[in-house]
Formats: sequence, C-alpha cells, structure tokens
Amino acid sequence: MSLPRLLAGVRIDLALSLAEHESIHGPAPHASADLIEAVAASGLRGRGGASFPTAVKMRGVARRRGPRFVLVNAAESEPMSVKDRALLDMSPHLVLDGAIAAADAVGARSITIAIPEDALTTKSTLRRALAERRTRQRVKIAPVPVAHLSGEESALIRYLNGGPLKPTLVPPLPVERGLKRRPTLVQNPETLAHVALIDRHGPDWFRTLGTREHTGSALVTVSGAARHQGVYEMACGTPLASVIEAAGGAREPLSAVLVGGYHGVWVPAEEIDSVTLDDASLSRHGGKLGAGVLVALGRSACPVRELAGTVGWLASESAGQCGPCSHGLPALAGLLEAMAEGRAPGDAWQRLERWTGDLPGRGACHLPDGAVRFLRSGMRVFGTALADHQRGGPCHSCRRPTTLRFGDGLAERAAG
Amino acid sequence: MSKHLEVNPIACAGHGVCAELFPEWIDLDDWGYPIIDRGPIPHELMEHAERAAEACPKLALTIRERAATAAARSE
Repeated sequence: MSLPRLLAGVRIDLALSLAEHESIHGPAPHASADLIEAVAASGLRGRGGASFPTAVKMRGVARRRGPRFVLVNAAESEPMSVKDRALLDMSPHLVLDGAIAAADAVGARSITIAIPEDALTTKSTLRRALAERRTRQRVKIAPVPVAHLSGEESALIRYLNGGPLKPTLVPPLPVERGLKRRPTLVQNPETLAHVALIDRHGPDWFRTLGTREHTGSALVTVSGAARHQGVYEMACGTPLASVIEAAGGAREPLSAVLVGGYHGVWVPAEEIDSVTLDDASLSRHGGKLGAGVLVALGRSACPVRELAGTVGWLASESAGQCGPCSHGLPALAGLLEAMAEGRAPGDAWQRLERWTGDLPGRGACHLPDGAVRFLRSGMRVFGTALADHQRGGPCHSCRRPTTLRFGDGLAERAAG
Repeated sequence: MSKHLEVNPIACAGHGVCAELFPEWIDLDDWGYPIIDRGPIPHELMEHAERAAEACPKLALTIRERAATAAARSE
C-alpha cells in the first residue's frame, strides 16, 4: 500500500471539506467495538514524541468507570515541528474521525483539542470542519500558551484544569487522572489520523508500510539545509538520507542530521544512509522517531552555537519547579556559551560530563532528560568542534544565524 | 517488597539535611540538590533513611515500598 496515506489529496493552505475528505478516504465506519484491538494489532505508536503504544493508553482509559475524556494534544511546542499543524490545517476531518472513533472506543463523551493560541488558521479550520458534521461527543477547542511545556501532557492538563502551565508529579498518569481529574486519553493529532485509517482499513493494511516493530507511515518535518523544507509522509524504516532526498536533497554538504528535535539526537552525516526512521535504528544513537523532526545541519553552520542556543532555550522554558532543572540547565547553557567564546574554564568538558550525568531522572517531567539527551549526543558528534572553540574561541561560522530556531519556530515559514 | 528512598523534586528546596544525615545513600549535586541512590535500602541502614526522611523541612523525602521486580528494573 503506497503513500501518501495521511496526506492523500491535500492542498497547501486549504482544508479538505467533509465531502472531499469522504471521497478520498471513504466515510468513517460506524463505531466498531474492536477498534482498540485493531489498533493493538496495527502496532501503532504515538507520534507525539514518546512512541508509546497507542492501544495501551486506549485500554487504560476504556477499562475505567464514569466520565472520561479525550484530549488531542496539538500544542506541538517543539519549535522545529509543524507536522501536526499542517495536518490539522489540510486534513482536519481525518484527525476528527480518529478522535471521535477513539472517544467511542474508550467511552468518552467529550473531546478537547488543545492548539497553540497563535494558531488562528487551525482554530478557524477546526471550527469550520466541526460545523460540517454532527458529533456524538462534545468537542471543544482549547487555545493554550505558546510555550515548550504546553506539549508536556501533565503541564497541559494542569493548565486546562485551571492551574499554571507547569508539570505535575506522575503517577498518577492521565489515563488514571487527567482532565477534571478523570481518566483521559491524550493523543497527538497525527496518531489519531492513523487511528482513523486503521478504523477504515484494518491493522494488516497499516502494517504494509514500516518495519515489523515500527509500523505504518509517519509525518516528518524536514528543515535546515534541505532544499525544500516542509512536511513529508514517509514509511517508518526509511533511511534518513532518503528523507532528505524527498525534501529535494541537501543544499550543501551536511555535518549531521538532528532527529527528534530539541529532545532528540544527532546522527553524523556519514551514517544517514544506514540509520533509518524507526525506534529500533534510532535507539542505537540513543534516540527515537519522536515527533518526526528532522533538521539537516550544513557544514557551514557552527554546531557549538546550535548546542548552546538550544540548551539555552530549553533552560528558559523550564517551569522552574525542580532544582536540578532550574539550576542545571542554565549552568549547562552558560558553560556552552563560554566554551563557544573560548572563555570557559579548563575543566569545562569534565563539568559538562558531570552535570549531564547528574541531571537525568531528577525532574518531575522529562524536560531535563530531553535536554541532556540532546546535549550528550551533541558532545559525541561535535566533540572536536567543542574542543576547538574552547581552545581557540569563535570560528568563522559562529556569526551566522543558527539553523535551529529558538522561540519563533518554523510555523511562520509554513509547511509544503 | 523492598524499601527505597524517593524525592519529590517539586517540593525539594535543596536544604541538604538529608545528605548530612544519610551520606551513604544521598549525594548533593553542585547546587545542593540531592542525588539519591534508588536501590533497595539495606535493613541495617533503614534507621538513617527514616531519620533523613523525617528531617526534611519540605517533607520531600519519602521511603516507599516497591515490589522486588519493579525495583530490579529501575536499577
């Protein structure tokens, strides 16, 4: 079964109407009792970052009693990712089909779609799409702040429950206690779009793309030194080099490709032919497919600036609740900045090692863990560049704008 | 079942009393926040663990029972 699946028939900047959607994908089937089993058999894993098996969460909510909720986490707070926004803007009914089918399957009568408050197109597109159809559930659109922690599910739930946008201790997990302190299925829009297609075509169809372990297709946001930045749908298991090719190839020789965004890992350019877009392959580099964020770093970019800028941004996005994160991330960012400028103390590398070793697993959420994963991978791949800067100060690329964006994100540059 | 120390990182304010009372099990990082050994606390050290938990001004340190298998996995 070929591609595209999720992006079948889409047009840039214009959402598919319900009629168009149904002529492309067929009408949504009537609520099927065994959707959860079909999703389990499909092997679908969440496309929001954690790659968690979707059916496990669905079962977790379905077996509870009383009111429960579906929360579509479309915050997409990773600055280098635009795939969920692109999907919602172009094919809103596919995501709605998935959310409604999932709500039916787990027994939820209410669906909340959390979108960034600056995503005005997404908001009006969803409103229009909802006006085109009747839903058994109450569907609510909830604008949330544009901040990294908006995508962190415990912080998102706390915010939507009327609290501050700050993570809470887990457990309890959202499947136990989420929106209004009731069991809540939190899923990413792309994941739900896959659910909608599994509901139509079944698990065997889903598995005709992807690897045995990482099934199906995935949306990837390709940016950086690729000729045509944008959102592409690829089969899981595709070599990273082929993904870059699909985006028109590299504009210049690459030094590395970042997979998984600001919590992801760097794959050296020499290895992008052998490393593939699936968890099994990426785990050998300490990473995951995550939310499908790929950034090609050209040789003309200074990797030390990329590392320092990203860790600095992540430090600024910390909720400031946990000591190790609120002290450790700024310290790491400051040290990287000093290394970039050639004014770091002689034991800078040892400090990087110690601090990145001490931090993981010591926050309420995974922000520090993700920052450390990103940085340690950068230390492995760009160790020479870090040492050169520490000795000799800024390189000739240091003044160039960084490839990774901090704050403004890709959204303005839209998806193709 | 075995017993383990657990810190609530949101509640912890880095007073460091725990590391003073139970240095065998608790280190402090460069900013004074505890780095805790997550392994099962041996019986002969339990008294120190309990004293450290009770002394925490923020009540952020607790002793938790965990099934042996879960404990093994977290190692």
